[in-house]
Amino acid sequence: MTAPKIYTTEAIVLKHANFGEADRMLTLYTPNMGKLRAVVRGARRSKSKLGGHVEPVTHCSLVLARGRNLDTVTQSQTIESFLSIRNDLWLTARALYLIELADAFTPEHAENYPVYKLLLDALHGLAKVRREEAASWMQHLMLLRYFELQLLGHVGYQPQLRDCINCRSPIQPVENFFSPSGGGILCPKCAHTEPVVRPISVNALKVMRLLQRGDYATASRLRLVPELSRELERTIQGYVRYLLEREIKATGFLDRLRREGM
Amino acid sequence: MISGFGSAAEPVSRLIEEFHKLPGIGPKSAARLTYHLLRMPENQARSLAEAIVAVKERIVLCSLCQNLTDTDPCAICGSTERDRTMICVVEEPLDILALERTGGYNGLYHVLHGVISPIEGIGPDELKIGELLARLRDGSVAEVILATNPSLEGEATGMYLQRLISPFGLRVTCLARGLPVGGDLEYADEVTLARALEGRRAL
Ligand SMILES: [Zn+2]
Ligand SMILES: [Zn+2]
Repeated sequence: MTAPKIYTTEAIVLKHANFGEADRMLTLYTPNMGKLRAVVRGARRSKSKLGGHVEPVTHCSLVLARGRNLDTVTQSQTIESFLSIRNDLWLTARALYLIELADAFTPEHAENYPVYKLLLDALHGLAKVRREEAASWMQHLMLLRYFELQLLGHVGYQPQLRDCINCRSPIQPVENFFSPSGGGILCPKCAHTEPVVRPISVNALKVMRLLQRGDYATASRLRLVPELSRELERTIQGYVRYLLEREIKATGFLDRLRREGM
Repeated sequence: MISGFGSAAEPVSRLIEEFHKLPGIGPKSAARLTYHLLRMPENQARSLAEAIVAVKERIVLCSLCQNLTDTDPCAICGSTERDRTMICVVEEPLDILALERTGGYNGLYHVLHGVISPIEGIGPDELKIGELLARLRDGSVAEVILATNPSLEGEATGMYLQRLISPFGLRVTCLARGLPVGGDLEYADEVTLARALEGRRAL
Protein backbone atom coordinates (compact mmCIF):
# COMPACT_ATOMS: atom_id res chain seq x y z
CA MET A 1 0.00 0.00 0.00
CA THR A 2 1.28 3.43 -0.85
CA ALA A 3 0.19 6.53 1.05
CA PRO A 4 -2.32 8.71 -0.84
CA LYS A 5 -0.70 11.28 -3.11
CA ILE A 6 -2.95 14.13 -2.08
CA TYR A 7 -3.90 14.92 1.49
CA THR A 8 -5.62 17.69 3.43
CA THR A 9 -4.71 19.11 6.79
CA GLU A 10 -5.16 22.11 8.99
CA ALA A 11 -1.91 23.75 10.01
CA ILE A 12 -0.35 26.62 11.85
CA VAL A 13 2.45 28.14 9.78
CA LEU A 14 5.49 28.34 12.05
CA LYS A 15 7.93 29.91 9.63
CA HIS A 16 8.90 30.26 6.02
CA ALA A 17 12.16 30.59 4.17
CA ASN A 18 12.93 31.55 0.60
CA PHE A 19 13.62 28.49 -1.45
CA GLY A 20 14.83 28.41 -5.03
CA GLU A 21 13.88 31.14 -7.48
CA ALA A 22 10.45 32.20 -6.21
CA ASP A 23 9.38 29.37 -3.91
CA ARG A 24 8.98 29.23 -0.19
CA MET A 25 9.68 26.44 2.23
CA LEU A 26 7.14 26.33 5.04
CA THR A 27 7.45 24.78 8.46
CA LEU A 28 3.96 23.75 9.54
CA TYR A 29 2.47 22.43 12.74
CA THR A 30 -0.43 20.09 12.11
CA PRO A 31 -2.94 18.40 14.46
CA ASN A 32 -2.28 14.82 13.31
CA MET A 33 1.20 14.79 11.79
CA GLY A 34 3.07 17.06 14.13
CA LYS A 35 5.62 19.34 12.52
CA LEU A 36 6.32 19.05 8.81
CA ARG A 37 7.89 21.00 6.00
CA ALA A 38 6.35 21.72 2.62
CA VAL A 39 7.09 23.85 -0.43
CA VAL A 40 4.87 26.52 -1.96
CA ARG A 41 5.83 26.94 -5.60
CA GLY A 42 5.95 30.56 -6.76
CA ALA A 43 4.85 31.89 -3.35
CA ARG A 44 6.98 35.03 -3.63
CA ARG A 45 5.38 36.18 -6.83
CA SER A 46 2.75 38.81 -6.11
CA LYS A 47 0.29 37.02 -8.36
CA SER A 48 0.58 33.83 -6.31
CA LYS A 49 -2.80 32.74 -5.02
CA LEU A 50 -1.17 30.67 -2.31
CA GLY A 51 1.31 33.15 -0.85
CA GLY A 52 -0.86 35.16 1.50
CA HIS A 53 -2.48 32.16 3.13
CA VAL A 54 0.79 30.67 4.19
CA GLU A 55 2.45 33.51 6.08
CA PRO A 56 3.87 32.66 9.52
CA VAL A 57 1.36 32.87 12.38
CA THR A 58 -1.52 31.89 10.08
CA HIS A 59 -3.98 29.13 10.86
CA CYS A 60 -4.94 27.60 7.56
CA SER A 61 -6.33 24.63 5.77
CA LEU A 62 -4.06 23.10 3.15
CA VAL A 63 -4.12 20.55 0.38
CA LEU A 64 -0.71 18.95 -0.10
CA ALA A 65 0.75 16.67 -2.71
CA ARG A 66 3.24 14.12 -1.51
CA GLY A 67 6.59 14.40 -3.27
CA ARG A 68 9.63 12.20 -3.41
CA ASN A 69 11.57 14.45 -1.05
CA LEU A 70 9.26 17.31 -0.18
CA ASP A 71 5.52 17.73 -0.11
CA THR A 72 4.04 20.63 -2.08
CA VAL A 73 1.16 22.87 -1.10
CA THR A 74 -1.40 22.84 -3.92
CA GLN A 75 -4.28 24.72 -2.30
CA SER A 76 -4.58 26.90 0.76
CA GLN A 77 -7.32 28.65 2.63
CA THR A 78 -6.93 30.95 5.61
CA ILE A 79 -8.91 29.99 8.69
CA GLU A 80 -7.51 32.79 10.87
CA SER A 81 -4.86 35.31 9.86
CA PHE A 82 -4.53 36.85 13.37
CA LEU A 83 -4.54 40.38 11.98
CA SER A 84 -4.72 41.96 15.44
CA ILE A 85 -1.40 40.25 16.23
CA ARG A 86 0.16 41.30 12.93
CA ASN A 87 -0.89 44.90 13.42
CA ASP A 88 0.99 45.16 16.71
CA LEU A 89 4.76 44.95 16.90
CA TRP A 90 4.83 43.58 20.46
CA LEU A 91 2.22 40.94 19.82
CA THR A 92 3.96 39.91 16.60
CA ALA A 93 7.24 39.54 18.47
CA ARG A 94 5.51 37.49 21.17
CA ALA A 95 3.68 35.27 18.72
CA LEU A 96 7.02 34.59 17.06
CA TYR A 97 8.47 33.73 20.45
CA LEU A 98 5.74 31.12 21.04
CA ILE A 99 6.33 29.75 17.58
CA GLU A 100 10.07 29.54 18.04
CA LEU A 101 9.57 27.60 21.28
CA ALA A 102 7.09 25.18 19.70
CA ASP A 103 9.49 24.69 16.80
CA ALA A 104 12.54 24.20 19.02
CA PHE A 105 10.94 21.56 21.26
CA THR A 106 9.30 19.38 18.61
CA PRO A 107 10.81 16.97 16.07
CA GLU A 108 9.39 16.59 12.56
CA HIS A 109 6.72 13.99 11.81
CA ALA A 110 5.85 13.25 15.44
CA GLU A 111 2.17 13.73 16.18
CA ASN A 112 1.56 15.82 19.29
CA TYR A 113 -1.99 17.12 19.29
CA PRO A 114 -1.72 18.85 22.70
CA VAL A 115 1.11 21.03 21.35
CA TYR A 116 -0.98 21.98 18.31
CA LYS A 117 -3.97 22.83 20.48
CA LEU A 118 -1.83 24.77 22.95
CA LEU A 119 -0.24 26.87 20.22
CA LEU A 120 -3.55 27.60 18.51
CA ASP A 121 -5.22 28.57 21.80
CA ALA A 122 -2.27 30.75 22.77
CA LEU A 123 -2.38 32.62 19.44
CA HIS A 124 -6.11 33.20 19.88
CA GLY A 125 -5.37 34.42 23.41
CA LEU A 126 -2.72 36.86 22.14
CA ALA A 127 -5.09 38.11 19.45
CA LYS A 128 -7.56 39.17 22.15
CA VAL A 129 -5.01 41.28 24.03
CA ARG A 130 -5.98 44.93 24.24
CA ARG A 131 -2.84 46.95 24.49
CA GLU A 132 -4.57 50.01 25.91
CA GLU A 133 -5.86 48.02 28.88
CA ALA A 134 -3.16 47.43 31.47
CA ALA A 135 -4.97 44.38 32.85
CA SER A 136 -5.19 42.78 29.45
CA TRP A 137 -1.52 43.55 28.87
CA MET A 138 -0.46 41.89 32.15
CA GLN A 139 -2.71 38.95 31.47
CA HIS A 140 -0.95 38.16 28.24
CA LEU A 141 2.36 37.87 30.08
CA MET A 142 0.67 35.14 32.11
CA LEU A 143 -0.38 33.57 28.84
CA LEU A 144 3.28 33.33 27.79
CA ARG A 145 4.25 31.66 31.07
CA TYR A 146 1.28 29.30 30.77
CA PHE A 147 2.38 28.40 27.26
CA GLU A 148 5.97 27.74 28.33
CA LEU A 149 5.06 25.46 31.24
CA GLN A 150 2.36 23.58 29.35
CA LEU A 151 4.64 23.10 26.35
CA LEU A 152 7.41 21.73 28.58
CA GLY A 153 4.89 19.25 30.01
CA HIS A 154 3.70 18.13 26.56
CA VAL A 155 7.23 17.46 25.29
CA GLY A 156 8.46 15.57 28.35
CA TYR A 157 10.28 18.25 30.33
CA GLN A 158 7.68 19.01 32.99
CA PRO A 159 9.55 20.56 35.92
CA GLN A 160 9.04 18.89 39.31
CA LEU A 161 7.41 21.54 41.53
CA ARG A 162 5.87 19.53 44.41
CA ASP A 163 8.67 17.62 46.11
CA CYS A 164 12.37 18.34 46.43
CA ILE A 165 14.13 16.68 43.50
CA ASN A 166 16.91 15.52 45.82
CA CYS A 167 15.45 14.42 49.18
CA ARG A 168 11.85 13.94 47.93
CA SER A 169 10.37 15.78 50.91
CA PRO A 170 7.38 18.04 50.19
CA ILE A 171 8.36 21.62 49.43
CA GLN A 172 7.61 24.03 52.29
CA PRO A 173 6.28 27.60 51.84
CA VAL A 174 9.69 29.24 52.29
CA GLU A 175 12.22 30.47 49.76
CA ASN A 176 13.33 27.40 47.79
CA PHE A 177 15.62 26.92 44.79
CA PHE A 178 15.04 26.05 41.15
CA SER A 179 17.58 23.86 39.41
CA PRO A 180 17.53 23.85 35.59
CA SER A 181 19.86 20.83 35.39
CA GLY A 182 17.78 18.91 37.96
CA GLY A 183 14.53 19.96 36.29
CA GLY A 184 12.76 21.06 39.46
CA ILE A 185 12.75 22.49 42.96
CA LEU A 186 15.37 21.88 45.63
CA CYS A 187 14.58 22.51 49.30
CA PRO A 188 16.94 24.90 51.17
CA LYS A 189 18.84 21.94 52.70
CA CYS A 190 19.52 20.38 49.27
CA ALA A 191 20.26 23.57 47.34
CA HIS A 192 24.00 22.76 47.32
CA THR A 193 23.47 19.43 45.48
CA GLU A 194 23.19 21.02 42.03
CA PRO A 195 25.86 23.31 40.54
CA VAL A 196 23.50 26.07 39.32
CA VAL A 197 20.39 27.02 41.24
CA ARG A 198 18.34 30.16 41.49
CA PRO A 199 16.21 31.17 44.47
CA ILE A 200 12.48 31.01 43.87
CA SER A 201 9.89 32.85 45.97
CA VAL A 202 6.82 31.21 47.51
CA ASN A 203 4.53 33.22 45.23
CA ALA A 204 6.41 32.41 42.05
CA LEU A 205 6.28 28.71 42.88
CA LYS A 206 2.53 28.95 43.55
CA VAL A 207 1.86 30.57 40.21
CA MET A 208 4.02 28.02 38.40
CA ARG A 209 2.06 25.18 39.98
CA LEU A 210 -1.23 26.76 38.96
CA LEU A 211 -0.02 27.18 35.38
CA GLN A 212 1.41 23.69 35.27
CA ARG A 213 -1.92 22.22 36.46
CA GLY A 214 -3.45 23.90 33.45
CA ASP A 215 -5.53 26.24 35.52
CA TYR A 216 -5.14 29.20 33.18
CA ALA A 217 -8.54 30.62 34.14
CA THR A 218 -7.46 31.06 37.77
CA ALA A 219 -3.91 32.08 36.96
CA SER A 220 -5.00 34.71 34.45
CA ARG A 221 -7.11 36.42 37.12
CA LEU A 222 -4.10 36.88 39.40
CA ARG A 223 -2.65 40.36 39.49
CA LEU A 224 1.10 40.02 39.49
CA VAL A 225 3.43 42.77 40.60
CA PRO A 226 6.11 43.40 37.94
CA GLU A 227 8.90 41.86 40.10
CA LEU A 228 7.00 38.58 40.38
CA SER A 229 6.27 38.61 36.68
CA ARG A 230 9.98 39.08 35.95
CA GLU A 231 10.95 36.34 38.41
CA LEU A 232 8.64 33.87 36.66
CA GLU A 233 9.97 34.86 33.28
CA ARG A 234 13.62 34.47 34.32
CA THR A 235 13.09 31.17 36.10
CA ILE A 236 11.19 29.49 33.28
CA GLN A 237 13.32 30.93 30.48
CA GLY A 238 16.47 29.91 32.35
CA TYR A 239 15.18 26.33 32.34
CA VAL A 240 14.26 26.56 28.63
CA ARG A 241 17.73 27.87 27.77
CA TYR A 242 19.31 25.03 29.70
CA LEU A 243 17.22 22.43 27.84
CA LEU A 244 17.81 23.91 24.39
CA GLU A 245 21.46 24.72 25.11
CA ARG A 246 20.93 28.04 23.36
CA GLU A 247 19.18 31.37 23.58
CA ILE A 248 15.65 31.64 22.26
CA LYS A 249 16.33 34.07 19.46
CA ALA A 250 12.99 35.87 19.64
CA THR A 251 13.76 36.98 23.21
CA GLY A 252 16.61 39.10 21.84
CA PHE A 253 14.14 41.21 19.90
CA LEU A 254 11.66 41.31 22.80
CA ASP A 255 14.40 42.54 25.17
CA ARG A 256 15.34 45.14 22.62
CA LEU A 257 11.78 46.44 22.32
CA ARG A 258 11.60 46.61 26.09
CA ARG A 259 14.94 48.46 26.30
CA GLU A 260 13.97 50.97 23.66
CA GLY A 261 10.65 51.57 25.41
CA MET A 262 8.60 50.71 22.35
CA MET B 1 33.27 12.99 -24.72
CA ILE B 2 34.49 15.34 -22.05
CA SER B 3 34.49 12.76 -19.28
CA GLY B 4 36.90 10.67 -21.39
CA PHE B 5 39.63 13.26 -20.88
CA GLY B 6 40.20 12.21 -17.32
CA SER B 7 41.86 15.24 -15.73
CA ALA B 8 39.58 17.61 -17.71
CA ALA B 9 36.63 16.35 -15.74
CA GLU B 10 37.73 18.01 -12.52
CA PRO B 11 37.30 21.68 -13.66
CA VAL B 12 34.02 20.65 -15.25
CA SER B 13 32.61 19.17 -12.08
CA ARG B 14 33.93 22.14 -10.14
CA LEU B 15 32.02 24.56 -12.38
CA ILE B 16 28.86 22.45 -12.13
CA GLU B 17 29.22 22.58 -8.38
CA GLU B 18 29.65 26.37 -8.40
CA PHE B 19 26.54 26.87 -10.55
CA HIS B 20 24.60 24.56 -8.28
CA LYS B 21 25.27 26.89 -5.35
CA LEU B 22 23.36 29.70 -7.10
CA PRO B 23 19.72 30.33 -6.18
CA GLY B 24 17.25 28.47 -8.36
CA ILE B 25 19.87 26.30 -10.08
CA GLY B 26 19.39 22.57 -9.63
CA PRO B 27 22.00 19.95 -10.52
CA LYS B 28 20.57 19.49 -14.03
CA SER B 29 20.55 23.20 -14.86
CA ALA B 30 24.06 23.48 -13.43
CA ALA B 31 25.29 20.77 -15.77
CA ARG B 32 23.46 22.30 -18.75
CA LEU B 33 25.01 25.73 -18.12
CA THR B 34 28.46 24.21 -17.74
CA TYR B 35 28.26 22.33 -21.03
CA HIS B 36 26.87 25.44 -22.70
CA LEU B 37 29.93 27.38 -21.52
CA LEU B 38 32.24 24.65 -22.78
CA ARG B 39 30.87 25.13 -26.28
CA MET B 40 31.08 28.92 -26.08
CA PRO B 41 33.83 30.85 -27.99
CA GLU B 42 36.70 31.61 -25.66
CA ASN B 43 36.38 35.42 -25.84
CA GLN B 44 32.73 35.21 -24.77
CA ALA B 45 33.56 32.99 -21.84
CA ARG B 46 36.37 35.31 -20.83
CA SER B 47 34.07 38.32 -20.98
CA LEU B 48 31.58 36.55 -18.68
CA ALA B 49 34.33 35.66 -16.22
CA GLU B 50 35.58 39.26 -16.22
CA ALA B 51 32.07 40.58 -15.64
CA ILE B 52 31.76 38.35 -12.58
CA VAL B 53 35.09 39.53 -11.19
CA ALA B 54 34.21 43.16 -11.96
CA VAL B 55 30.98 43.13 -9.93
CA LYS B 56 32.85 41.76 -6.97
CA GLU B 57 35.76 44.19 -7.27
CA ARG B 58 34.00 47.37 -8.33
CA ILE B 59 30.58 47.20 -6.67
CA VAL B 60 30.33 48.82 -3.26
CA LEU B 61 27.48 50.01 -1.06
CA CYS B 62 26.46 53.64 -1.59
CA SER B 63 27.43 55.46 1.59
CA LEU B 64 24.05 57.24 1.59
CA CYS B 65 21.33 54.84 0.45
CA GLN B 66 23.30 51.56 0.90
CA ASN B 67 22.33 50.41 -2.58
CA LEU B 68 24.85 48.48 -4.66
CA THR B 69 26.78 50.86 -6.88
CA ASP B 70 30.03 51.35 -8.79
CA THR B 71 30.18 55.05 -7.88
CA ASP B 72 29.78 56.55 -4.44
CA PRO B 73 27.35 58.20 -4.04
CA CYS B 74 25.25 56.15 -6.44
CA ALA B 75 23.59 57.56 -9.55
CA ILE B 76 20.29 58.18 -7.75
CA CYS B 77 21.78 59.81 -4.65
CA GLY B 78 24.11 61.90 -6.85
CA SER B 79 21.37 63.06 -9.22
CA THR B 80 20.20 66.69 -9.10
CA GLU B 81 16.90 65.68 -10.71
CA ARG B 82 15.65 63.65 -7.75
CA ASP B 83 13.44 64.94 -4.97
CA ARG B 84 15.74 64.90 -1.94
CA THR B 85 12.94 65.43 0.57
CA MET B 86 11.65 61.87 0.17
CA ILE B 87 13.24 58.56 1.13
CA CYS B 88 11.65 55.27 0.19
CA VAL B 89 12.86 52.45 2.45
CA VAL B 90 13.11 49.00 0.84
CA GLU B 91 14.37 45.58 1.92
CA GLU B 92 16.65 44.73 -1.01
CA PRO B 93 18.41 46.43 -3.97
CA LEU B 94 16.12 44.54 -6.37
CA ASP B 95 13.13 46.37 -4.88
CA ILE B 96 14.61 49.65 -6.16
CA LEU B 97 14.71 48.24 -9.69
CA ALA B 98 11.04 47.29 -9.37
CA LEU B 99 10.05 50.74 -8.08
CA GLU B 100 12.16 52.54 -10.71
CA ARG B 101 10.42 50.56 -13.45
CA THR B 102 7.10 52.11 -12.40
CA GLY B 103 8.46 55.57 -13.27
CA GLY B 104 6.13 56.90 -10.59
CA TYR B 105 8.67 57.82 -7.95
CA ASN B 106 11.32 60.51 -8.09
CA GLY B 107 12.65 60.59 -4.53
CA LEU B 108 15.63 58.87 -2.92
CA TYR B 109 15.88 55.35 -1.53
CA HIS B 110 17.32 53.50 1.42
CA VAL B 111 18.13 49.79 1.34
CA LEU B 112 17.88 47.90 4.64
CA HIS B 113 19.51 44.74 3.25
CA GLY B 114 17.04 42.46 4.96
CA VAL B 115 14.18 42.46 7.34
CA ILE B 116 13.76 41.98 11.07
CA SER B 117 13.26 38.27 11.68
CA PRO B 118 13.30 37.48 15.41
CA ILE B 119 13.22 33.71 14.86
CA GLU B 120 16.27 33.85 12.58
CA GLY B 121 18.01 36.07 15.10
CA ILE B 122 18.06 39.00 12.66
CA GLY B 123 17.50 42.14 14.68
CA PRO B 124 17.73 45.87 13.93
CA ASP B 125 21.52 45.85 14.28
CA GLU B 126 21.89 43.47 11.35
CA LEU B 127 20.13 45.95 9.06
CA LYS B 128 21.13 49.38 7.73
CA ILE B 129 18.85 51.17 10.18
CA GLY B 130 21.46 53.34 11.90
CA GLU B 131 22.47 54.63 8.44
CA LEU B 132 18.85 55.55 7.74
CA LEU B 133 18.47 57.49 10.99
CA ALA B 134 21.71 59.32 10.24
CA ARG B 135 20.23 60.55 6.96
CA LEU B 136 17.19 61.96 8.74
CA ARG B 137 19.15 64.03 11.25
CA ASP B 138 19.88 67.10 9.12
CA GLY B 139 16.17 67.81 8.65
CA SER B 140 16.21 67.92 4.83
CA VAL B 141 13.94 64.88 4.52
CA ALA B 142 10.21 65.54 4.84
CA GLU B 143 8.72 62.13 4.09
CA VAL B 144 9.78 58.54 4.63
CA ILE B 145 7.92 55.90 2.67
CA LEU B 146 8.13 52.44 4.22
CA ALA B 147 8.08 50.00 1.32
CA THR B 148 8.98 46.75 3.04
CA ASN B 149 7.27 43.64 1.69
CA PRO B 150 3.68 42.98 2.79
CA SER B 151 4.84 39.95 4.77
CA LEU B 152 4.83 39.32 8.52
CA GLU B 153 8.51 40.26 8.85
CA GLY B 154 8.20 43.18 6.43
CA GLU B 155 5.29 44.62 8.37
CA ALA B 156 7.03 44.11 11.71
CA THR B 157 10.09 45.92 10.33
CA GLY B 158 7.84 48.72 9.10
CA MET B 159 6.19 49.09 12.50
CA TYR B 160 9.56 49.11 14.22
CA LEU B 161 10.95 51.78 11.86
CA GLN B 162 7.83 53.87 12.19
CA ARG B 163 8.36 54.06 15.95
CA LEU B 164 12.05 54.85 15.57
CA ILE B 165 11.35 57.59 13.05
CA SER B 166 8.36 59.19 14.77
CA PRO B 167 10.52 61.40 17.08
CA PHE B 168 11.88 63.14 13.94
CA GLY B 169 8.41 64.54 13.29
CA LEU B 170 8.41 63.60 9.59
CA ARG B 171 5.58 62.35 7.45
CA VAL B 172 5.83 58.56 7.54
CA THR B 173 3.78 56.66 4.98
CA CYS B 174 3.54 53.09 3.81
CA LEU B 175 2.57 51.65 0.46
CA ALA B 176 -1.15 51.22 -0.07
CA ARG B 177 -2.71 47.80 0.16
CA GLY B 178 -3.29 46.08 -3.10
CA LEU B 179 0.05 44.39 -2.91
CA PRO B 180 -0.95 40.85 -2.05
CA VAL B 181 0.13 39.64 1.36
CA GLY B 182 3.09 37.30 1.21
CA GLY B 183 4.39 38.46 -2.17
CA ASP B 184 7.76 40.09 -2.72
CA LEU B 185 7.95 43.66 -4.02
CA GLU B 186 10.55 42.42 -6.45
CA TYR B 187 7.87 40.36 -8.21
CA ALA B 188 5.02 42.87 -8.14
CA ASP B 189 3.88 44.10 -11.54
CA GLU B 190 4.43 47.77 -12.40
CA VAL B 191 0.77 48.78 -12.33
CA THR B 192 0.13 47.35 -8.89
CA LEU B 193 3.33 48.90 -7.58
CA ALA B 194 2.63 52.33 -9.11
CA ARG B 195 -0.85 52.28 -7.59
CA ALA B 196 0.56 51.28 -4.22
CA LEU B 197 2.92 54.27 -4.39
CA GLU B 198 0.17 56.72 -5.35
CA GLY B 199 -2.18 55.48 -2.68
CA ARG B 200 0.37 55.41 0.13
CA ARG B 201 -1.10 56.46 3.43
CA ALA B 202 0.20 58.17 6.54
CA LEU B 203 1.02 56.00 9.54
ZN1 LIG C 1 15.63 18.41 49.69
ZN1 LIG D 1 22.78 56.00 -3.05
